[in-house]
Amino acid sequence: MYSQGLIGADSRTEETDEFLAAFQARIDAEEKIEPTDAMPEGYRRTLIRQIGQHAHSEIVGMLPEGNWITRAPSLKRKLALLAKVQDEGGHGLYLYSAAETLGVTREQMTEELHAGKAKYSSIFNYPALSWADMGAIGWLVDGAAIMNQVALCRCSYGPYARAMIRVCAEESFHQRQGYEIMLTLCNGTKEQKEMAQDALNRFWWPALMMFGPHDGDSAHSEQSMKWKIKRFSNDALREKFINATVPQAEFLGLTVPDPDLEWNAEKGGYDHGDIDWDEFWRVVKGDGVMNRERVQMRKDAWDNGAWVREAALAHAGKRAAKVAAE
Amino acid sequence: MALYRALIELADDHLVLGHRLSEWCGHAPMLEEDLALSNFALDLIGTARSLYAYAAEIEGKGRSEDDLAYLRNEREYLNCLLVERPNGDFAHTMLREFYFAAFMEPFWQAALASNDKVIAGIAGKAVKEMAYHMRHAGEWIVRLGDGTEESAARMQAAVVDLHPYWEELFSGGDCDALPDRAALRPAWEASVKAVFAEANLDWPEPVYGQNGGRDGMHSEVLGRMLSDMQYLQRAHPGATW
Repeated sequence: MYSQGLIGADSRTEETDEFLAAFQARIDAEEKIEPTDAMPEGYRRTLIRQIGQHAHSEIVGMLPEGNWITRAPSLKRKLALLAKVQDEGGHGLYLYSAAETLGVTREQMTEELHAGKAKYSSIFNYPALSWADMGAIGWLVDGAAIMNQVALCRCSYGPYARAMIRVCAEESFHQRQGYEIMLTLCNGTKEQKEMAQDALNRFWWPALMMFGPHDGDSAHSEQSMKWKIKRFSNDALREKFINATVPQAEFLGLTVPDPDLEWNAEKGGYDHGDIDWDEFWRVVKGDGVMNRERVQMRKDAWDNGAWVREAALAHAGKRAAKVAAE
Repeated sequence: MALYRALIELADDHLVLGHRLSEWCGHAPMLEEDLALSNFALDLIGTARSLYAYAAEIEGKGRSEDDLAYLRNEREYLNCLLVERPNGDFAHTMLREFYFAAFMEPFWQAALASNDKVIAGIAGKAVKEMAYHMRHAGEWIVRLGDGTEESAARMQAAVVDLHPYWEELFSGGDCDALPDRAALRPAWEASVKAVFAEANLDWPEPVYGQNGGRDGMHSEVLGRMLSDMQYLQRAHPGATW
């Protein structure tokens, strides 16, 4: 593994009180932490877990939309959807690379995903059932992702923050593209508008769940805030998303599927109904409609491609031997 | 209408092949190839759009690119049989891509000099893309042919499986504005031979060449592809997407 010699990435950094205080001082001074800098093991592990999950989310996230590439209803939509899913693959690639700077390989992370040890965003365990889902996923899922990711552009770990800047630019384009699909459907036939409403009904609550458990129930939040890996709490980002999205739904003429949703003038935001956390934990733990199929598809792609990767390595070896012999 | 027909043949080739490649998205042997195969598909479908749009203009019946792509049935599709072949494994996909690009690259090269300005314009963009497809697919054919025992066997199996289909590339399309397809055969054979030599692949004995695509006579796989592709347009006639 090429990164074993990195300071702080080899578990050999001694975490004295002095070292930890100096590290925290750098964080507090808004300095970026770079791969060759010493860092506490906990910081490194948290980032590997988070960036790895983020990368897996991009890759697994290719599947629900990939399900509609061959059925996109016009050539323009087909190109746009294909390019979008390709962007997600690209995001996965930057993110795996960012995680690799912390001393883990893409292969290790992939194996953890396939073994069910590494998580990915639970939203992708919901099925994409109609063309309107391509709109709803762009609008709501990418919209929710942006709320998280804009904050990550200022994350204390340099490679992650820099990867996020490009990712955010592309995600915000995806979000507008998704909204434009919804708008077209809502201005279309009765069936198209029903399709759009149905997609909103199915994706609204899972999108709210994307921000994670309430602040009080979030296992890793406090330390991550202190290390400035995370800048805003789950609930704060969720509120921000709701406040931005409800007027967009109204403009489409769609109904947000929450009877308790109400404008609260005092707080300058919406009050909303309870999130079904039982559903959230059930899906996180593996019992969503699509969990098994999503992971199986990734495993199949990996296993079916093993001979290709082996051949590429074998050929590179032969090439190198030939050059050495000359 | 010779030009219209030739444009439809080419557009269908590009759309059908692009569609096939798009089926790989999310399922490739490595992330880099998910991106590369998507790029190929984007190039091909992009060219298909330009060709359909021009064909619709020449036809002059007010049809759009989407009418041509989504509202013709399989007997009206004029693509060659090679491009509709199922993806198979990665070796099959790369070989099919190489065969097609090794034909289209010299085709567009010659079309740059077309007296039809729209065609010369399309060629200007497509020729660069096809050169890249040739390079990328060609490199994979070499890696796989000269990789492991398994990959060499799979690559050779792909050569055998696709052997009945490449000759059809050189048929159809007689019109003044476009290059003569049959004349491109020596260039295609030279490209294929060069890659095969480097990949240690054997050129199989001649077999009966399957054709009929240019007359709308396809194998059974095209109908299934179109029923997938055209589903929404057919289920919601006249809707805007």
